[in-house]
Amino acid sequence: MSATAHAHEDDHAHDDHGHHHKETFVTKYIFSQDHKMIAKQYLITGLIMGAIGIAMSILFRMQLAWPGESFPVFEALLGKWAPGGVMDADIYLALVTIHGTIMVFFVLTAGLSGTFSNLLIPLQIGARDMASGFLNMVSYWLFFLSALIMICSLFIEAGPAAAGWTVYPPLSALPMAQPGSGMGMTLWLVSMAIFIASSLLGSLNYIVTVINLRTKGMSMTRLPLTIWAFFVTAVIGVISFPVLLSAALLLIMDRSFGTSFFLSDIFIQGEVLHYQGGSPVLYEHLFWFLGHPEVYIVLLPALGITSEVMSTNARKPIFGYRAMIASIIAIAFLSTIVWGHHMFISGMNPFLGSVFTFTTLLIAIPSAVKAFNYITTLWKGNLQLNPAMLFSIGLVSTFISGGLTGIILGDSTLDINVHDTYFVIAHFHLVMGISALYGLFAGVYHWFPKMFQGRMMNKNLGYIHFWITAICAYGVFFPMHFVGMAGVPRRYYQNTAFPMFDELTDVQILITMFAIIAAFAQLVFVYNFVSSIFYGKKGPQNPWKSNTLEWTTPIEHVHGNWPGEIPEVHRWAYDYSKTREDGEYVIPGQDFVPQTVPLQDNEEEMNH
Amino acid sequence: MTAFLIIAVLVLVAIAIWQMTKIFELSQIKADNSQIANDKDNKYNGYLLFAFLIFIYGITIFSFWKYTKVLLPEAASEHGAEYDSLMLWSFVIIFIVQTLTQALLHYFGFKYRGEKGKKALFYADNDRLEFIWTIIPVIVLAGLILWGLYTWTTIMDINDDDDPVVVELYAQQFNWTARYAGGDNVLGDANVRMIDIDRANVLGLDEADPNAADDIIVKELHLPVGRKVNFKMRSQDVLHSAYMPHFRAQMNCVPGMITEFSYTPIYTTEEMRQNPDVVDKVKRTNAIRAKRAAKGEDNSDPWEFDYILLCNKICGKSHYNMQMKIIVESEEDYNKWLAEQQTFGKTMMASAE
Repeated sequence: MSATAHAHEDDHAHDDHGHHHKETFVTKYIFSQDHKMIAKQYLITGLIMGAIGIAMSILFRMQLAWPGESFPVFEALLGKWAPGGVMDADIYLALVTIHGTIMVFFVLTAGLSGTFSNLLIPLQIGARDMASGFLNMVSYWLFFLSALIMICSLFIEAGPAAAGWTVYPPLSALPMAQPGSGMGMTLWLVSMAIFIASSLLGSLNYIVTVINLRTKGMSMTRLPLTIWAFFVTAVIGVISFPVLLSAALLLIMDRSFGTSFFLSDIFIQGEVLHYQGGSPVLYEHLFWFLGHPEVYIVLLPALGITSEVMSTNARKPIFGYRAMIASIIAIAFLSTIVWGHHMFISGMNPFLGSVFTFTTLLIAIPSAVKAFNYITTLWKGNLQLNPAMLFSIGLVSTFISGGLTGIILGDSTLDINVHDTYFVIAHFHLVMGISALYGLFAGVYHWFPKMFQGRMMNKNLGYIHFWITAICAYGVFFPMHFVGMAGVPRRYYQNTAFPMFDELTDVQILITMFAIIAAFAQLVFVYNFVSSIFYGKKGPQNPWKSNTLEWTTPIEHVHGNWPGEIPEVHRWAYDYSKTREDGEYVIPGQDFVPQTVPLQDNEEEMNH
Repeated sequence: MTAFLIIAVLVLVAIAIWQMTKIFELSQIKADNSQIANDKDNKYNGYLLFAFLIFIYGITIFSFWKYTKVLLPEAASEHGAEYDSLMLWSFVIIFIVQTLTQALLHYFGFKYRGEKGKKALFYADNDRLEFIWTIIPVIVLAGLILWGLYTWTTIMDINDDDDPVVVELYAQQFNWTARYAGGDNVLGDANVRMIDIDRANVLGLDEADPNAADDIIVKELHLPVGRKVNFKMRSQDVLHSAYMPHFRAQMNCVPGMITEFSYTPIYTTEEMRQNPDVVDKVKRTNAIRAKRAAKGEDNSDPWEFDYILLCNKICGKSHYNMQMKIIVESEEDYNKWLAEQQTFGKTMMASAE
């Protein structure tokens, strides 16, 4: 049943919902076309992938802290790749590669944006469902298929892809260059191609839904910032993901059909290969044309979630609503013209490097505006420090700490000596990895009652989860900057070949310890999440006293979201603690005014 | 030992979680048991936010106190001083901003923690404030951009002025080779298609090119101090990156093209070994290595400081051990060393016999 059809029917046939077709187990839980179910499917798949990705990071962190040591856990999990419990160098590279791929694409793109775009777009704009429920379902199942293929690639005889998550050719193109570039890389590329298809179907759906299916009164400038973030994210996804697809297809052709798009003049294992005239730098351009917007595809939804969660829990309007929208759009636009800052020393013309330095440092401006606006939103608030709120504050903190070092990496001069060192790892993990994960957690804690029929997650476990994670995240990534500035390159299986890195072993151990503790803290979340699905305490319909439309839907999910007519919207989403001239709240005794409440007598709609 | 450490950590974490749950539970015996934050939660977490601010400052100070010494020593190249001061000023700006914004963020989180009945301020907009925090980053960044671009253009201006030494850095899985241009200071033409392993033409030099005959192929990079070096990078198989951290120099080596970098070394290896920071570092490192030797572990020979060229682009299994020693010495020593090396032409003649 398509949502558009519903929209036409509503006026006269809204009593039609819920009983127009019998739902079987398969149509309800598996091949569901309901956006709320699809959101949950995305979330749970994303979390499972996240567990795998994090577990991998612990394995290679242990290798870095105690190089060449034998661990029973390596032998148990890696089998023949850890003979005698000592990790092999090839599998180390495979682990970092798959960790990066999984976390960036499967967890933070699909798991974050997929979950909350699906859940919130229809609910917050007042739509019965996505524009196309069918495409939405296809999008999820393509994502599932690509995740499955990626997981399968772990069990290939020669090992999974191991050329780094950016899979630069020629390393990724030549099976003789490393074992992971055989079947493992083929599966990686196939998986990514399917993932891109999934992402495009999802994004197009989000865009169409936001543009066409907003309820009466929901103008673009009354949209919650979550929706703005998801909308703009979808747009940059549609612009940049096809370019990655072209890179992947050309790489597949170089690998399998002997073309020379990215390869030239190669002599390996005693023979000259026939490739002539291609350039690996071309691949880098194509990859980063997606790769950089991808950072914002990951981050913008997290920032959108933070805006909403922070405003609700501060009991204050988000500060500078229009500036926030302008920043989102500016960041999105700039994000598509900064990719070259990953390539300052790739052999690209230095003049291009200058241009990209300029655009890259420009992007710091809207980012700074966002950070200041968040801080001002807290000022003179009445902060309800729910776990979601803490994760939102944590996000702003890591976004600032990680973002600031971007000033160094975005400067072509300074990049020369820290490029591809641990400084980069520390920077992007804080600014996009940890920040986006905090956004994901904030979203889960905040909208859990909406997803699971009013059940709420345990707040005390949430607090424990947040505080351990927050401390460990800085514990891992703050000292890591120093490792990078000491000159330690990334993707080194061990640093023992260089006496100049000997004294850094202590730092590596400290980092790994924090990483292990952080990983175990996530088990608290997993326990809380799973047990709350079944035994969570039911809360009120609108537990956070929020203005947005999703909280006007009944606790029990119904097909079509609202049992009656779709609510009409009369104001923006941020009328928290708005007072009349006499100092009393607009609705006496209630510090929030839901979007469905018409303007009161003498009340002015502020032109935000 | 490590197994014990891991178990110890796990136990401590378990205890910490157990204790924290208990504290939270005790703090809420009488409170409602809804899962929405109440005044007590706001209070505790507000204080924790303040404590977290102190933690952030603490870990910053700790890291600087403990790890400043591991950073790279003073730059050993001419452009390196400019690089280091740009880095320093960027860091000064970063730390001012970081200190202030984190303080505001966490202090507000603590100060405005929620209480029942408290009224938040409806404050949605202020054009002047927003203008201020747009324009300040614009000005600061404009300064950094201009400085950075000026330095970048200078570093990347690779020309033949001042009689540079021309050296090719040749990368392959998993080692480096250097080729000097010889007496004519012009590198002979080369292509991987001309590699002839049997005749020891390992870099694929064009034997018919007269410029190639006097080229010198070596496995150790010697550089004369105070003279500009123009590097031409090549790779025969996959991407590599020639990373010379002490000289603030790095450039990728790309199969199918020749990339370039240029710098002037200003301290000889001997001089750098006398640098107080380097002396301390060597001392600390050798203490670690002596401990290893006492335990009979590998990697325990005493270390003497040397400049080093590392591979800094993932290139396969032994990426972590792809290195070449760099020796910076006086012009005389350099010339003497160079004269002792065999030219490509002689090597070819020898293999023809």
